Amino acid sequence: MKAAKMKFLTEYRNNELVVKYLQAVIKTLRRPWTMMEICGGQTHSILKYGIDQMLPGEITLLHGPGCPVCVTPIELIDKAIALAEIPDVILCTFGDMMRVPGSGGNLLEAKAEGCDIRMVYSPLESIRVAENNLDRRVVFFGIGFETTAPTTALALIQAKKRRLANFSVLSAHVRVPPAIELILSSSENQVQAFLAAGHVCTVMGYREYIPIAEKYNVPIVVTGFEPVDIMQGIYMAIKQLERGAAAVENQYSRVVSKNGNETARKLIDEVFQVESRKWRGIGEIEGGGLAIKPEYAALDAAKIFDLPDENIEESSRCWSGKVLRGLIKPPECPSFTIDCFPEHPLGAPMVSAEGACAAYYNYANSRQGKTNA
Amino acid sequence: MNEKSDNKLSPIDRISCPVTTSNYDHILLAHGGGGKLTADLIEKAFLPAFGDPALAERHDGAEFNIEGIRLAISTDSFVVTPLFFPGGDIGKLAVFGTLNDLAMCGARPLFLSAAFIIEEGLPLSTVNLVAESMGQAAKKTGIRLVTGDTKVIERKSGNDLYITTTGIGTIEHDLKIFPKSIREGDKIVLSGDIGRHGIAVMACREGFEFETTIESDCAPLWNQVEILLRNDIEIHCLRDLTRGGLATALVEIAEAAGLRLTIDECLIPVNEPVRGACEILGLDPLYVANEGRFVCFVPEKDTAKTLDWLRTIVPEAVVIGQATGTRKHDEAHRHVVMKTALGTTRIIDRLTGEQLPRIC
Repeated sequence: MKAAKMKFLTEYRNNELVVKYLQAVIKTLRRPWTMMEICGGQTHSILKYGIDQMLPGEITLLHGPGCPVCVTPIELIDKAIALAEIPDVILCTFGDMMRVPGSGGNLLEAKAEGCDIRMVYSPLESIRVAENNLDRRVVFFGIGFETTAPTTALALIQAKKRRLANFSVLSAHVRVPPAIELILSSSENQVQAFLAAGHVCTVMGYREYIPIAEKYNVPIVVTGFEPVDIMQGIYMAIKQLERGAAAVENQYSRVVSKNGNETARKLIDEVFQVESRKWRGIGEIEGGGLAIKPEYAALDAAKIFDLPDENIEESSRCWSGKVLRGLIKPPECPSFTIDCFPEHPLGAPMVSAEGACAAYYNYANSRQGKTNA
Repeated sequence: MNEKSDNKLSPIDRISCPVTTSNYDHILLAHGGGGKLTADLIEKAFLPAFGDPALAERHDGAEFNIEGIRLAISTDSFVVTPLFFPGGDIGKLAVFGTLNDLAMCGARPLFLSAAFIIEEGLPLSTVNLVAESMGQAAKKTGIRLVTGDTKVIERKSGNDLYITTTGIGTIEHDLKIFPKSIREGDKIVLSGDIGRHGIAVMACREGFEFETTIESDCAPLWNQVEILLRNDIEIHCLRDLTRGGLATALVEIAEAAGLRLTIDECLIPVNEPVRGACEILGLDPLYVANEGRFVCFVPEKDTAKTLDWLRTIVPEAVVIGQATGTRKHDEAHRHVVMKTALGTTRIIDRLTGEQLPRIC
C-alpha cells in the first residue's frame, strides 16, 4: 500500500476550481432540475464539504441507493450472525458491515458476545486466516457493489486452486444498473439526471449505462468523489439537461474507461452469476445481486451451511427505503434523530460510512438538508 | 433543556438531547473508544456510583488542595497492540500518557506509580525492554517512578501486557485551567500536526506498508506547558488529543464550557503520509489518536506570545480557531463548527464508537 506520494487529491479539493464549476453551473442553469448521485461515497462528500450549501436553490440533489451495506437484506445479515455463532466458524468481513443492524443486533455486538468475527481489509486476508486455522471453518461475508466483487472472486478462485476445504463465502454482492432502472421506472420518480458511481465504473466501465440513458431519456455522468469531481459532474449533467440531451458522459476519465477493468470483469464473470436479490428497504430487484456460480458451490456458504431462511419485516418506523430511492431526504424521516441514532439505528443508512442518514447526522444534523428538498 | 420544553421542539432541535439511552447489556469495544458510548458509560455507571464532586469537572485529572498546596492526580491504562511501534512502545506511552494528563491540569508531574498486568508466557526480554523504556522516559522528563504492582494472568486471558500508571503533580500558579475558564474570543492553539500515533499503531498492527514509515508523535508535554506558564501566559484550558483525536477533545471542551468553538479545516496540519493513509482507509484524521499533541485556549492578547514560545519547542504550533460565543437555544447541538476548505461549514460531533476502516 502506498500513500506517501498520493496525488490527485488536493488538486481535486481546490476551492477555486470548485467555484469555477459552480459559476459555470449558475450561468448554464435556466430551470429547476433534480438529479441523483448514486453512490453513498458521493453523498458523504457532498455533505462533508457542504457542496449542497453552495448550489443554487434550483438544483435538488437526491441521494441514491449506492451504499452496499445499506441495501444488504436484513436476512443476509442475520445469516452472517448465525454463521458467526457456530462455534468453529471464524467470520471475516469488512469494517463497513460491523455496525449494520440485523433483526437482532449487529456483528460488533455478536463479537462482544463471543463470536469470532474478524475485520479484514481484503478478502485475500481471510484466505490467510483459513490457512492458519485449518481446524476451523472460515467464512468471508462478501459485501459491496461491482467494486469489491472482483477481490471476492479472486479469493474464491485461489481457495479452489489451493483446495482450501475450510473456506467459503457468503455473497451479498450487488449490482448498480438494475437499481437505476428500478428508480427510473417507478411512477414516483423525480430524478432527471444521474451522477453514476465512479468506483463501480472503474471496474465495469459505462457501456451498460448507454441503453439506460437512451431508454429513459436521462443524462448519466460517471462522476468521481472529490469536490471538484462532483461540481464538474453536476455541471456536465446540467449542461445536458438544459439542451435536452440524454447521453452517458465520463467526468471521472482519469480512472474510468468505457470498458472498465477487463481483468476484474473477467474475475466476476468466472465466479458470479446475476440473480434477483432483495434489497433492504427497496424489495426484490431483478438482476440486482451476484450469486456464486454452481462451479464454486463447494465454497458457497449459503449452500454448505444450514442457515435460517425467514422473511423479516423491516421496522415501519424506518423510512430508509424511501431515502435509498431518493423519495425523501433523511431529516424528513419521522424517526431521524428521534428514535434513530448511530448508537441505536433503526436502519442501515444511519450507521454505514456511505449511508445518507449518517452523512446528515455527522456533518449537517442542524441543517435539515436543502430547503428545496 | 428540560423534558417539558423538549416536546415543543421540532424534530431537528431534539438532537441536542445529550446522549440517547444506551441499552446494550454487554460492553462493546466502542465503550472504550472515547466516543458517545464511553461518555455514556462514565455518566451512567461511574459518576453516580462514585458520587464525588471532583468528578463533575470531567477533566483529564482531578485537582485537590492539601494545606494550601494545590495538587493534581491522574490515572490512565495502556492496552496498545502491538507493544512496540514506530516512534514508541507501551512503556513510553504509559509514562508520557499520565504525565501529559497532569500537564493538561497545569501541574508539574512529580511522582508516578505503575501497575503491570502480564500474561503468562510473555518473554522476559519483552518485560525488560518495556521497563527500560519506562525508566528512560521518566529520566528524560524528571518524573519519579516510585511505586508499582505486578500481577500475572493465565495465558489467553489477556493480551501480553497492560500497564496502568497514576501520577501526582503540583500546581504552582494561580490559574484555573479547565473548560469553564474559556471565554468568548479565546483562540485555540494546536501544538502540531495530527493523526500520527493512531495511524502508526494501526499500520504496524495490520502490516500496512507505506512509502514512508509513519512514526507515533508520542512525546511528553509538560515542557511545552511549563514554558507557557513561566512566561505568564494566561492559559484558560488545555487538553491532549488522545483517544478520539482533535474532534472529540474539542466537542468535550465545548460541552463542558457551554461554548461554541469554530475551527478552520485549512489551518489544521496533517502530514502527507497520514493524510494518504486516512484516505485509503476511509478514516477522518480529526478523530485519529495522538500521543504528543494538545490544544491550548488562550485569550487573544496572549496568542502571539503563546505561538512564539510554543514554537521554540514545536515549530508547527498553529492557531486553528476560536471560541465564538455561547450557543443559541436552537443550535444547542452545534458544539464545534468547522469551516471547510470550500468555505462551507460542517459540524463536528463525537463518534459513536471507534472509526472503522471503510473498504467497500
